[in-house]
Amino acid sequence: MTLKQFYNCRILRNHEIIDDHLWVRGGKIIDPEGVFFDEKVPADIRIDCHGLIIAPGFIDLQINGGYGVDFSYDIDNIENAVGIVAKKLIENGVTSFCPTVVTSPIPVYHSILPKIKRTAGGLHGATVLGVHVEGPFINLEKKGAHPPHCIREFSKGFQHVELAYGSLDNIRIVTLAPELINSAEIITELVKRNIIVSLGHSTANLIEGEEGCNHGATMITHLFNAMLGFHHRDPGLIGLLTSEKIAQPIYYGLISDGIHTHPSAVRMAYKANPDGVVLVTDAISALGLADGRYHLGQLDIEVKDNKAKIAGTDTLCGSADNLNRCVQKFQKFTKCSKVFALEAASYHPAKVLGIEKTKGTLDFGADADFIMLNDDLHVQSTWIAGEKVYPNFG
Amino acid sequence: MRLIVLDNPVQVAEWAAKYVMKRINDFKPGPHKYFVLGLPTGGTPLGMYKKLIEFVKDGKLSFEYVKTFNMDEYVNLDRKHPESYHYYMWNNFFKHIDIKPENVHILDGNAADLTTECENYERKILEAGGVELFIGGIGPDGHIAFNEPGSSLVSRTRLKTLAQDTLEANARFFDNDINKVPKQALTVGVATVMEAKEVLILITGASKAFALYKAVEEGVNHMWTVSAFQQHPNTFMICDEDATLELRVKTVKYFKGLTKLHNSLIGQ
Repeated sequence: MTLKQFYNCRILRNHEIIDDHLWVRGGKIIDPEGVFFDEKVPADIRIDCHGLIIAPGFIDLQINGGYGVDFSYDIDNIENAVGIVAKKLIENGVTSFCPTVVTSPIPVYHSILPKIKRTAGGLHGATVLGVHVEGPFINLEKKGAHPPHCIREFSKGFQHVELAYGSLDNIRIVTLAPELINSAEIITELVKRNIIVSLGHSTANLIEGEEGCNHGATMITHLFNAMLGFHHRDPGLIGLLTSEKIAQPIYYGLISDGIHTHPSAVRMAYKANPDGVVLVTDAISALGLADGRYHLGQLDIEVKDNKAKIAGTDTLCGSADNLNRCVQKFQKFTKCSKVFALEAASYHPAKVLGIEKTKGTLDFGADADFIMLNDDLHVQSTWIAGEKVYPNFG
Repeated sequence: MRLIVLDNPVQVAEWAAKYVMKRINDFKPGPHKYFVLGLPTGGTPLGMYKKLIEFVKDGKLSFEYVKTFNMDEYVNLDRKHPESYHYYMWNNFFKHIDIKPENVHILDGNAADLTTECENYERKILEAGGVELFIGGIGPDGHIAFNEPGSSLVSRTRLKTLAQDTLEANARFFDNDINKVPKQALTVGVATVMEAKEVLILITGASKAFALYKAVEEGVNHMWTVSAFQQHPNTFMICDEDATLELRVKTVKYFKGLTKLHNSLIGQ
């Protein structure tokens, strides 16, 4: 197996950027100390990184599509749609993602969910970590850009969940509203199946949110969006950030594009609960495209001046900013360290999924999925399993 | 013996690194002519290693044709333990430079047969053609490598039990628990270092002042093993002002008077 040494770089390790080399073999990051003292062999290939920062590849837990395709609309050729996005996302430094399906009719779930398989990344694109199903068990009052007629309840318990999705095998994250009847039971069942439950599209008060968390929910979907606004006597789901009544840490998706979340609100969330920040794009088909009309699931949308709205309305419906831009904006908004901004889009989402030993880190033994960035945090190249996948001049 | 008195530890590090660079470059090492370098660990040489790394990065120096021999290593300490000298050398020096793994030698304190390990080490030094330049530091009790007070001045590489003072001083690196401090080490002998063509000893800080006085102004004494180097034909002691506190004014003035000559040794 080829032994690669990346030198003349700064690497993000143990929550700091240090002067070091990165050694890779067999698609994994390895400890060169053993190679040096035991194997006594030099690297087969030495790669000059020209002083760039090496950081773990970004992980997007909420992305509806991009580059003209929509995972909830382009259902006839869903594998192709996921493939197109996976291929383009590497240009933004994203090495893994959860394709996100918005509230859809039951036949759509049954048709596409089995086809969106977890797949390892490579030259063909970013790793698919499993599907994020956002809905249909959400609150009609906070439907956002989801089609109201497809929103459902689980009044008959978990069988309703199975009925809606069909197979749960490819599902990694479910966004649901915790105030729905039976939600405690449903959350418990999902968590038992190793599915992450994220709370959102909801009118839940703080107590309902805390109950959801105490049954196993660990995340909040696009904080501030599609939930009650902060109220000092009942802070709602937003109050989970500082709740003292939940057992485990809470993570929250944050669309740091400066449109969905005001910079001041980004700062507020960051200051209240920095460790929970998970930067997501919530990107739609318009990601990477010019202004115009596109699809989001069952709805027509219009993108103008970088803002995506349901056609003919003022309802925001997902972002057209890529994750690299969101990381840069987050750092600008919060004035946090580079390390923090980078980890908010890599280490934090990996922790949400419990994969922080292999992804979102450059520790020894982790997958060699990483990016090289300049000091403005612009992605210069993307590597998956130790191979350069972007830019690809070949 | 030469004593080079500099203002502070930063200058000591820089002077030593420049000297090492000049010696290696003047030697013009190549595939059939390796430069053999003896290396220490500890706090004092850290600054020198940092400078040497800079020189390598700037392309002024290469370790491609350099063989190194380290002075010592603890016995029965995991190589990945942050206090092991393997860990020290890898993290503070080797991983940053272009040295080839096969040219690096550090005693293996986890070897099955420690006596054979020490004998092989001596043999490897001989096979490499002997040490061209040995760099060392000293302890407050005047020990060089792990040649604790009372060590024979004609000692070779061997297993050595550490003095109580050393264990106590090292406890801070092992959770302040003296029971966790390795009790034994493998170390090159005084005679092993004495055989090097040239020896460079770095001494900084007031805590080393008494040892420096013993090394320079008193006679050769096996209770202060570094004093043996008074009889080495080519030894430099490089110290900072603080380390001279116990020396006589006359001694310091004499050696400081030679500053110009000393600086010419590093091409300044």
